[in-house]
Amino acid sequence: MELLLYVALFSPLVGSLFASLFGASKKNIIAGIVPSLLLFTSLVASSILLAFVLSTGQHVKVEMMTWMATGDLYIPFGFLVDQVSVTMMMVVTIVSTIVHVYSIGYMDHDKSFNRFFAWLSAFVFSMMVLVMSDNFAGLFIGWEGVGLCSWALIGFWYHKESATWAANEAFIMNRIADLGMLIGIFLVYWNTGALQYAEAFAAMPGLEHATLVWMGIFLFIGAMGKSAQFPLHTWLADAMEGPTPVSALIHAATMVTAGVYLVVRANPLYDLIPSVGIFIASLGAFVALFAASMALVNRDMKRIIAYSTLSQLGYMFVAAGLGAYWVALFHLMAHAFFKALLFLGAGNVMHAMHDELDPFKMGGLKKVMKGTFIMMTLASVALAGIFPFAGFFSKDLILEVGFVEHHYIIYSVLLFTAGLTAFYSFRLVALIFHGEERYKIFGVHPHEAYKFMLIAMSPLLLLAVTAGALKMTYFEMVTAVLPATEYHVHSAATYWIMTIGTQLFVIAAIAFAYKKYANSSVKVPDGTSAIENRLCYKVLWNQYYIPYFYEEYFVKPYRELSSVFWRYVDMKVVDATVDGIANILYTTGEKTRVMQNGNLSTMLRWMVVGLVVLLSLAVVFGLAVRHSDEISLFLSGLGVK
Amino acid sequence: MEIGLNHYLVLSTILFAIGLVGVMRRKNLLMLFFATEILLNAVNIAFAAISHYYGDLTGQMFAFFVIAIAASEVAVGLGLLIVWHKRHNNIDLDQMSTMRG
Repeated sequence: MELLLYVALFSPLVGSLFASLFGASKKNIIAGIVPSLLLFTSLVASSILLAFVLSTGQHVKVEMMTWMATGDLYIPFGFLVDQVSVTMMMVVTIVSTIVHVYSIGYMDHDKSFNRFFAWLSAFVFSMMVLVMSDNFAGLFIGWEGVGLCSWALIGFWYHKESATWAANEAFIMNRIADLGMLIGIFLVYWNTGALQYAEAFAAMPGLEHATLVWMGIFLFIGAMGKSAQFPLHTWLADAMEGPTPVSALIHAATMVTAGVYLVVRANPLYDLIPSVGIFIASLGAFVALFAASMALVNRDMKRIIAYSTLSQLGYMFVAAGLGAYWVALFHLMAHAFFKALLFLGAGNVMHAMHDELDPFKMGGLKKVMKGTFIMMTLASVALAGIFPFAGFFSKDLILEVGFVEHHYIIYSVLLFTAGLTAFYSFRLVALIFHGEERYKIFGVHPHEAYKFMLIAMSPLLLLAVTAGALKMTYFEMVTAVLPATEYHVHSAATYWIMTIGTQLFVIAAIAFAYKKYANSSVKVPDGTSAIENRLCYKVLWNQYYIPYFYEEYFVKPYRELSSVFWRYVDMKVVDATVDGIANILYTTGEKTRVMQNGNLSTMLRWMVVGLVVLLSLAVVFGLAVRHSDEISLFLSGLGVK
Repeated sequence: MEIGLNHYLVLSTILFAIGLVGVMRRKNLLMLFFATEILLNAVNIAFAAISHYYGDLTGQMFAFFVIAIAASEVAVGLGLLIVWHKRHNNIDLDQMSTMRG
């Protein structure tokens, strides 16, 4: 089992290193195939581990090496496969294997094909370290690793100004949050004396409540950055500058859920501080609604899906904040499948439309892209939470959690958001695949993606459709390590009214979206229609003016301040000091080299000067020694000791 | 007035000063050697005088050493001077500037 653990963990690293061997050379299909095969190996190893954990209920724990041992500080480099991490491993390996295979087709014409796979596999490795580590330090390494790979992949097309900007934005925002995370980890170590999950959590009930609250808050700040929660959310939508498979893998299925994973992993801590939990849940509900509202009007296919990811992350945080950790993890898993599918479908559409992102310029694509059409529709159905797709089981469960825990405001916000989710998902589907063939105006000839790309996507489709059926098995598995609370609405009648009501509401939202956007009267917006000039549309279109606010009140003042510091502090003080020292040495040298003009007579004169100086020093010193008593008396009179 | 230690030391200092000025001012290599001789003998006078004053022979012995060393030094120096003169036909200090820094 330990060998399997290492195989699961290190195969992606080997794949990454292999692909990076070809980093500087021309596109080589091997650099795509080998990492994909290695990831498949990792997937197989993870599946065997899953079967082992599922059948025996035991954990696999290895201590690879001692990482740090100084004084009282002892941090082993250990890995742990338990019910929670094996779930994450499965999600990561399944989605990344599919995305790798898909990328072989998607990146076919890209000249940096090899580099892409090197980074993508490196990302998977970091993510595996993140989820498999048995201590906070290892988690943090993985955390930073995924951040780095995310930066490199968002800015993959670095010749585009916008891509590098988005990459830096994502990196810097995460950096801010990582500082919080790091403080949280320090607090954990400071107070419990251990970084291993088991030991640290075991020591926590004995700590003061206020300390625990601070720990919880700081760790959650880290989670907020990675999972793009308000107010650190702007990077996620901009991260869509990266290649679409990257968006599918990193910015939908895996990395952004790391924050949820952290909260789930730290459940013993958050169980002790329910007040922070309520805050997390409230923020989650707010983000769910907030992101969904921005998705309503957006005209960029990938950004719409990104906002929907943000919204679903909000759902997960609601569940995690209310103590329903297994529900959060379950929704994380289900969401990973259908959201990755949605993104890969969007990638197909983008390819067909020659990188056009505005769904208003598409329309009627279902005729030419049948496979993609079916997949994206089913993924959207799953996202909307229609029975019996995955989203129904996981998302409705979160609604039930809110209801059962008596947080009716959160419940109604989430319910309303579910309607919005259905609306914007099907607005997208209707705009892309139904209605008039508006793309003809722009002279595009769309074509379906490669067959193998569609085949690669099919396992995701299968999982998106059927993942809900695994609910009870899943519940029994993860509750071995997570609190086993079942959320049942007590009265059967209430339950049925709620469920059917939600379903009807969602279906109505879908029908409305179809009615509005699937007909032939949809035109490419040109900024003149009435709705586009409404205030609420403008607010949503500009993302509540938050990016503008950040630009005006953080970025610009910071730039000004930097410029001032550069001009006055750096140039006038630091540079001037360094230059001054150099100049003094230089001028002294320049002046004194005249002494060595080769003339013996001059040298002799200098020798005499030296002699006189030494003699006078000797005399002064001799006098000082002779009169030392008087001198010290005189100095003490001046107040010098 | 009896001649005491101080007189000798003053003489020594005056001679030393004369020697120093010679070392600094002279451009002729031969004159430079004379100046160094004056310097060395100024010191010798001081040695001998102080040695006599304390009744200790060490200083006088040291003066002999200095004389011996000075003689050999002048011998070597004059040898070099003759070679230099044969090559360059002058013994002007200002011409000897090949060791420029």
